[in-house]
Amino acid sequence: MSEAVKNKEDKKVVIIRDLYKSFGDNEVLRGVDLELNAGENLVVLGKSGTGKSVLIKIISGLLKPDSGVVNVLGKEVPILKEKGLNELRLKIGFSFQNSALYDSMTVKENLAFPLVRHKTNLSKKEVDKAIDTVLDAVGLLEKKRQMPSELSGGQKKRIGIARTLILQPEIMLYDEPTAGLDPITSCEINELINEVKAKYNTSSIIITHDLTCAKITGDRVAMLLDGRFVKEGSFADVFTTEDEQIKSFYDYNFIQ
Amino acid sequence: MSSNNSKGYFISKGIDGFFLIFSDVIAFIGRFFKETFRRPFEWNELVKQSYEVGYRSLALITLTGFITGVVFTKQSRPSLAEFGAQSWLPSLVAIAVIKSLAPLVTALICAGKVGSSIGAELGSMRVTEQIDAMEVSAVKPFKYLVNTRIGATTAMIPMLMLYTAFVSMMGSYLDIYLHEQTSFTFFVQSAFSKITFLDFASSIIRSIVFGFTIGAVGCYKGYNTTGGTQGVGKAANAAVVTSMFLIFIEEVIILQIINYFR
Repeated sequence: MSEAVKNKEDKKVVIIRDLYKSFGDNEVLRGVDLELNAGENLVVLGKSGTGKSVLIKIISGLLKPDSGVVNVLGKEVPILKEKGLNELRLKIGFSFQNSALYDSMTVKENLAFPLVRHKTNLSKKEVDKAIDTVLDAVGLLEKKRQMPSELSGGQKKRIGIARTLILQPEIMLYDEPTAGLDPITSCEINELINEVKAKYNTSSIIITHDLTCAKITGDRVAMLLDGRFVKEGSFADVFTTEDEQIKSFYDYNFIQ
Repeated sequence: MSSNNSKGYFISKGIDGFFLIFSDVIAFIGRFFKETFRRPFEWNELVKQSYEVGYRSLALITLTGFITGVVFTKQSRPSLAEFGAQSWLPSLVAIAVIKSLAPLVTALICAGKVGSSIGAELGSMRVTEQIDAMEVSAVKPFKYLVNTRIGATTAMIPMLMLYTAFVSMMGSYLDIYLHEQTSFTFFVQSAFSKITFLDFASSIIRSIVFGFTIGAVGCYKGYNTTGGTQGVGKAANAAVVTSMFLIFIEEVIILQIINYFR
C-alpha cells in the first residue's frame, strides 16, 4: 500500500481490499472489502459458513489469504514474519466462540499466561493487580481460583475477554460472542462489549448472527453473504431493504 | 483399462501423500530443534511434563517390570534345568532384561500411556482452539506445548528404563530366591558378570531414541489434529500405533549399528 493511501486512511485501524480465501474447492471469501475505523464497533453479520470467522482469523494472522490486502494498524499481515506478527498480535485481542480457555489452568493462570510472557519485568504483585483489574472489569473477581470446567458458558466468555484485555489491545475481535448463551447472559455479554469499548478505547469487529447483539453493540453493521459484503451501514439502514436474502435473515432471527 | 488408470491414480496419490506427510514430519522435527535453542525457555512446563511422564508412569512401570522379571525367570528355568544350568539364570535374566526387555517394555508401555495422553491432550487443545488462543496472544504454542513434551519424554524414558530394569531384576531375584535360595550378593555378581558398559549404553541410547519418538509422534499427531472430537480419538490412537511401529523399527536398526561396534 502506498504512503499516500496510508496517510489518507490513517484513522482506519483495519483495511481489507479484494480478499479471497478458499479451502480446496470451497471459495469462502470472494473479494471482501472492509474498513474498521478507530474506536468503532463493527458487526459482521451473516449465516453460518459464510466466512465470518475466517475473516477475523485472517486479520489476526491465524490464516493466510489466497490474495488481497489485509492491513492492520498499518502492517500488511500476510507478509509479516513471525516476530512482526507477534508484535502486532499484542495489539489485537481475540475472543473465541467457545472461549478457548486453557482447561489445565485456573482462571488466574489463564490470565497470567500471556502477561508474564510479554511483560517479564512485572513483579508478582503487579501481575496480581493486573489480573484483579481485568477480572473486576468483567465482573468475575471471585472466580480467580476456579478451573474453566467450573464456570458457566457466560462466565467462560467473560474470562476469555478478560484474558485478551490483560494485554490492553487496540483492536478486539469477537467471534460469535453470544453463541450458545441464554438471552439474559447474551445481553450481559453485549453490555460488556460496549463497556470494553468505552473503558479500554478499543476498536472491535464482532462476528455474529445474533441480531440483538448486532443492534446493541454495533456502531456499524456489515452483511456478509456468499463470501461478499452485500450491504453495510447502521442497523436500520442494513435491514431497510428489499433484498430477499437480507430480509429472510432478519425474519429468521425474529422467529427464533 | 479405466480400472488400471484409477488404480494408478490411487497409487500415485498414495505416494504423494506419503511424501507430503514425510516432509511435514521433517519440518516438525526441524522446528523442534530450532525452537529448543531459542529463548525464552519454558523450564516450569518442562518440569511439570517430566513429572507427568516420569512420576505418573511409575506405578504401571513397577507392575509391568516386576511381572516381566518374575515371568521371564519362571519361563527360563525349565530349559536351563534340562542342562543342569540353573546357576546361569541370573545372568540370563540380566542379559535379557538389560539388553532388550527393559528398553522395549518401557517404551511400549510409555507409547500406550504417555503417547496417547499427549496426542489426546494436544488434539483436544487444537479442536477447542486453545492452541490458536496461544498463537493470537503472541505466545509460541509450539515451544510451550511441543518442545516441553518431547523434552520430557526424551529425558524421562531412559530413567524409567533403568527403573524397569531394576524392578525386573528384583522380581527375578524374588523368584530365584524362592526356588534356589540364592543369596542377593551371588545373584548380583552372577547377573552382572556378563553385562558390559556397552550393553548399558546401548539400552540408554535406544531409550533416548524411543523417548524422542514417543514425544514427537504424540505431539505431531495431537498438534495437527483436525475433525473435531472424532479427530482427537484418531490422534490418540494414531500416536500409539505409529510410536509402537517406529519403536520396533528403531530397535532393529540401532541393534544393527551397536553390533557393528561390538
